[in-house]
Amino acid sequence: MVILAAAVCAVLCVRRALPPGSAEVPWGTVGLLTGLYLACELPGRHPFFGSSVPISAGSFFPLLLAAAFLLPPAAAALVAIPGSLAGRVENAPVAARRVWRTAQLVITVWVASTVHGLLGGGATLGGPDPGLLPDFPYAVLPACVAALAFSLVLTALDGSILAAAERLPVRRAWSGLLPSSLGPHLVHGLAGLMMALLWRSSYGPLSALFVLLPMYISCWVFSQYHRQQAAHRATIRALVQAVDIKDTYTRGHSERVGRASVLIARELGMAEDRLEVLRFAGILHDVGKLGVPTRVLRKDGPLTPEERRVIELHPEYGHEIVRGIGFLGEARAAILHHHERLDGSGYPYGLSGREIPEFARVVAVADAFDAMTSTRSYRRGRPVPVAVEELKRCAGTQFDPQMVRALARAVERCGWAAESVAVTADEAVPLPGAGAGAGAGARSGFVRQASRPRPPDGLDGADGLDAAAERPR
Amino acid sequence: MTGAVPAVRGGAVALALGGLAHTLWHGVHEPWHALAFGVLITVGELARWGALPGEREPAPLGAAGALAYALLGRSGGQPTTHGVFQVIAVLVAAQLVAAVPHVARGSGPTADQLARRIVTVTFAAVCFQPLYNSGRTADWFGDGPFFALFLLVLLGLTALCDAVLGALLLRSGAFPHGFRSRGGTSIPYGPLLRDELRALLGIGSAVCATGAVMALGVAVAGLWALPVLCVPLLLTQVSFRRFVAVRTTYRQTIASLARSTEIAGYTPHGHARRVAVLCTAVGRELGLSGTELTVLEYAALMHDIGQLSLVDPVPDGATAPLPAAEQRRIALLGGAVVRQTGVDSEIAVVVERQADPYREQPLPARIVRAVNAYDDLCGEGLSGPLGALERLRLGTAHDYQPEVVESLAKVLARGGLTPVPPG
Repeated sequence: MVILAAAVCAVLCVRRALPPGSAEVPWGTVGLLTGLYLACELPGRHPFFGSSVPISAGSFFPLLLAAAFLLPPAAAALVAIPGSLAGRVENAPVAARRVWRTAQLVITVWVASTVHGLLGGGATLGGPDPGLLPDFPYAVLPACVAALAFSLVLTALDGSILAAAERLPVRRAWSGLLPSSLGPHLVHGLAGLMMALLWRSSYGPLSALFVLLPMYISCWVFSQYHRQQAAHRATIRALVQAVDIKDTYTRGHSERVGRASVLIARELGMAEDRLEVLRFAGILHDVGKLGVPTRVLRKDGPLTPEERRVIELHPEYGHEIVRGIGFLGEARAAILHHHERLDGSGYPYGLSGREIPEFARVVAVADAFDAMTSTRSYRRGRPVPVAVEELKRCAGTQFDPQMVRALARAVERCGWAAESVAVTADEAVPLPGAGAGAGAGARSGFVRQASRPRPPDGLDGADGLDAAAERPR
Repeated sequence: MTGAVPAVRGGAVALALGGLAHTLWHGVHEPWHALAFGVLITVGELARWGALPGEREPAPLGAAGALAYALLGRSGGQPTTHGVFQVIAVLVAAQLVAAVPHVARGSGPTADQLARRIVTVTFAAVCFQPLYNSGRTADWFGDGPFFALFLLVLLGLTALCDAVLGALLLRSGAFPHGFRSRGGTSIPYGPLLRDELRALLGIGSAVCATGAVMALGVAVAGLWALPVLCVPLLLTQVSFRRFVAVRTTYRQTIASLARSTEIAGYTPHGHARRVAVLCTAVGRELGLSGTELTVLEYAALMHDIGQLSLVDPVPDGATAPLPAAEQRRIALLGGAVVRQTGVDSEIAVVVERQADPYREQPLPARIVRAVNAYDDLCGEGLSGPLGALERLRLGTAHDYQPEVVESLAKVLARGGLTPVPPG
């Protein structure tokens, strides 16, 4: 419905340019810009470029804005049509999305061009004659106002389609869009202004293309950035899965501890960037188990004091492993100290009270909480309220009461799905031991998922809790 | 070629002194333009603050501003009169001003970077200013689209000159003084130049395009065009910096993952890092560059990751002396772990195939295999590096590619490992 309305509006915008009689439309410029926009959008569809040049929508807005500055509104709106109809669409339904995007851009460009014209922007651009210089400081104003109008209309249309299609409340659909897109659109506006200036000058359209290159490259780099970041996330998960290879009892534990840590921190009102680091602290807290011999980790029966000492080295191993990862910052301290206890009887250093880093205190609570509520092969998980009571009982001696209270509040408010193992979509990827089909015949010497009952060995973070409750049932 | 660094530095110093002296003697033409471009270059150079080690061009705005000033023939429709010497003088003055806070912080740009910038910009100015001021370009190209093309071609040449210079400096800086007299062989020049040229496609082309646009924009609209034109390039710089930051983090994480086998006690201390550094050096020797080197480096870092799946460590963590079937099984398990890390599947393939006979392997896997065996054998017995190389040579019929082993020997003979330029 919204799409239809927008399409009708778009047609109305363009209609005035279509009669061949309209004299003032510079068809040469229209044709050139249209072809250019089409040529820019097409590589996104090509399978070869498609993967290496993932061009997001908006890479070529400077071109559209330049058209808005150079041409009368109806003709400028015409420029957007072939390119946006041909451009890449990621999700189905393809046809409806194409039509919507085209209509959206036509209306937006029309508005921007109209605003620019009303402020007298056309005359500020100068011309090819040496005597016709651009009216410079003033030329920036219409361009910026037009870019502002462009941004407003585009986000308003985006918001309304979100509201219509996904039944979001209109205010929420709009609120997030404008602040994030205003800056880029202003930059696009300035680039568009320079393109229009050079286009009109004696150097002609070719020199205007030079402006596009930096914009294009920064878009390309930006997409590379997102790819690298995704790869980085996957590597962190691989680090966690490397622990799972050795210690299959605690599958999914790391991700859940990360989630619980974030819940606590959000309740405490920590800043968003620290939340991210804390999440990594939670996810990676047990990475040091990589350093513990597999035989000890997977031992059936009670541990000897010697073996317990080896296991208690895991926070230090973990710290050693992540030492080189610069961005983890505070998370490294959390990994080292997540087994410290408030009364000073924990390990590795026996810190007490406020000496224990804040992140470590958060992770300790999250770790114990998940260890109690999740079901292990040797015992069932406890109900959430029971676990919270248990934590409250140990607050002050083992855990920081502030963190326990925060967790209790957060769990009450948001709930806790203890067994939702698949926190990340890739969690379900088969582990190497089972996945390497070629080695299937010769896997005898490798660890496998055990189904034997296993007594508690103090690895659970809940190790200081009532030992009787931890016995296998 | 060993004299390249002193030659470039000396040339730059001579140019700088000549430019400053000439400008002081004759006075500054169009002081407002000189000031505006000087401020632009200074601001651009200041952006070296917080540059990360892997960045190709830490001050793109400075570069673009300097190039634009070198290629400026008109401003707001009026011809300009600054010559080559004033371009150099403004550039040098701006660089000196911008260096003050850096030096105060104790982390200035290296002399080589400054020298390279001076020589490159002088090249552009010498190619352009005399031609333009004598009116030749107007005769040849007019003042229309062909002039814009001419500028672009000129900038392309300048970029080429810069790349050649960069590779030269990198190569000369790569080994210590007096090294040649000891009979070492040098790093091949080709891959270094290829790396530099590849970098041109990224930020280099953005710098060139912005330089051309600035020169043309100022010619059309006067100095007001400068701030407007900075914006897209600044955006490019910001996105590059974020990209480099996340790439650095990613590399650190991969290295941590690689180190986990050492901490788990499966491999000797520092093994993964040593193998990665040696592999990169050998790969460079064999003419790999850019992405191929990154694939090689990551694969080398993670080549032993499959051992995490073993209940008991292999003796000394050395896979080379194990039976071939066992080696291949560990390699396959490692490949499966690597596939989950989100790196290119190419890297996983290298890890998987690292234990195959060399004729069935891709080149990176051959390198990883030989270098890993070398490091394992070195640590194993009393034979030491020479003995290890000897055993590799004996295995060239089936396991190790002869060319790879010879390159390894060459790299080792060089004594030091070559530094890896970021790419």
